[in-house]
Amino acid sequence: MASLLIWALKTAGYVVPRRFVEGALMSRVAGLVTAALLASLVIAQALGNNGTITVDARVPAVGVAAILLYFKAPFMVVLLAAGVVAAGLRFLGLMV
Amino acid sequence: MAEEFNAHHHRRARNQGFQVAAAVSLYGVSFGALSVALGFSIGQTMVLSLLMFSGASQFAFIGIVATGGLTAVGAAVASAGLLGVRNGLYALRMSPIIGPGFFKRALAAQLTVDESTAVAVAQSDLTSSRHGFWATAFSLYAGWNISTLIGAIAGDALGDVRTWGLDAVAAAAFLALLWPRLTSREPVVVAIGAAAVTIVLIPVVPAGIPVLAAAAVGIISGIYRHRVAPHAPERTEGGAS
Repeated sequence: MASLLIWALKTAGYVVPRRFVEGALMSRVAGLVTAALLASLVIAQALGNNGTITVDARVPAVGVAAILLYFKAPFMVVLLAAGVVAAGLRFLGLMV
Repeated sequence: MAEEFNAHHHRRARNQGFQVAAAVSLYGVSFGALSVALGFSIGQTMVLSLLMFSGASQFAFIGIVATGGLTAVGAAVASAGLLGVRNGLYALRMSPIIGPGFFKRALAAQLTVDESTAVAVAQSDLTSSRHGFWATAFSLYAGWNISTLIGAIAGDALGDVRTWGLDAVAAAAFLALLWPRLTSREPVVVAIGAAAVTIVLIPVVPAGIPVLAAAAVGIISGIYRHRVAPHAPERTEGGAS
């Protein structure tokens, strides 16, 4: 149901805009909203834990991901490295 | 001579599209695996890829619902929608390239994402743009959905998210989607502000709300910056769907 709702919302986004969305302001806002949302999602996913802030194996994993992104590593390499770091630290009992 | 020249350009545009689609489709594997690992069924995961067909929106949706449960669905829908707004802006750009025809435009609308738009606008002439757009669009749609299914089936066999570090993979995925957008000071400052707002709000409001507050930060700074410096350089296009 929720997926269908989003699909409708997205399609509406295609039909409505044209004249409404045109211009520098909307493109400025759209770009910055995307950056803000993604930054927020990084934090929520890396530190959030049922309404608390928790520092665990996700933090070093995201740190490694950031270093790899800085050196322009491909998307899949970044994701795999993050998974390996977090899973490895947990497997070794070094972090929860 | 001119025809041969054109055919060469069209072929090159299509090949660019196929290559971009092949590389980006690999994200689909991670999306599928993550979605199933976070508790969505294979069917639900496929509905997201088939209908939403926008990587960042899909990752955001499953991430927010997974942390906040059913109460966060509203926030998840709103976030996914806001992340989809830029596709509407791409549509404006693609409109003259696609040309008239209701069915063709409706189909193009669903397939207008970062990659298909990027390949289309990178071409030097109109027909090459068309070739590039449709080649990217169709191969990406097929590749994205096939790889989502592969990832979902693989994810189903994995079990606990945390054992495999998939919670960290999700965070890394958002970071990787954000990274190519940090091309100037403006998005960097806004991203830091949004991150700070999120940290402050997570302990005090229900899941999903911090992300919406961060979106508000983006909207307000966009309006403010437009007033202060209306002709500042636009951000460069690119990034994953």
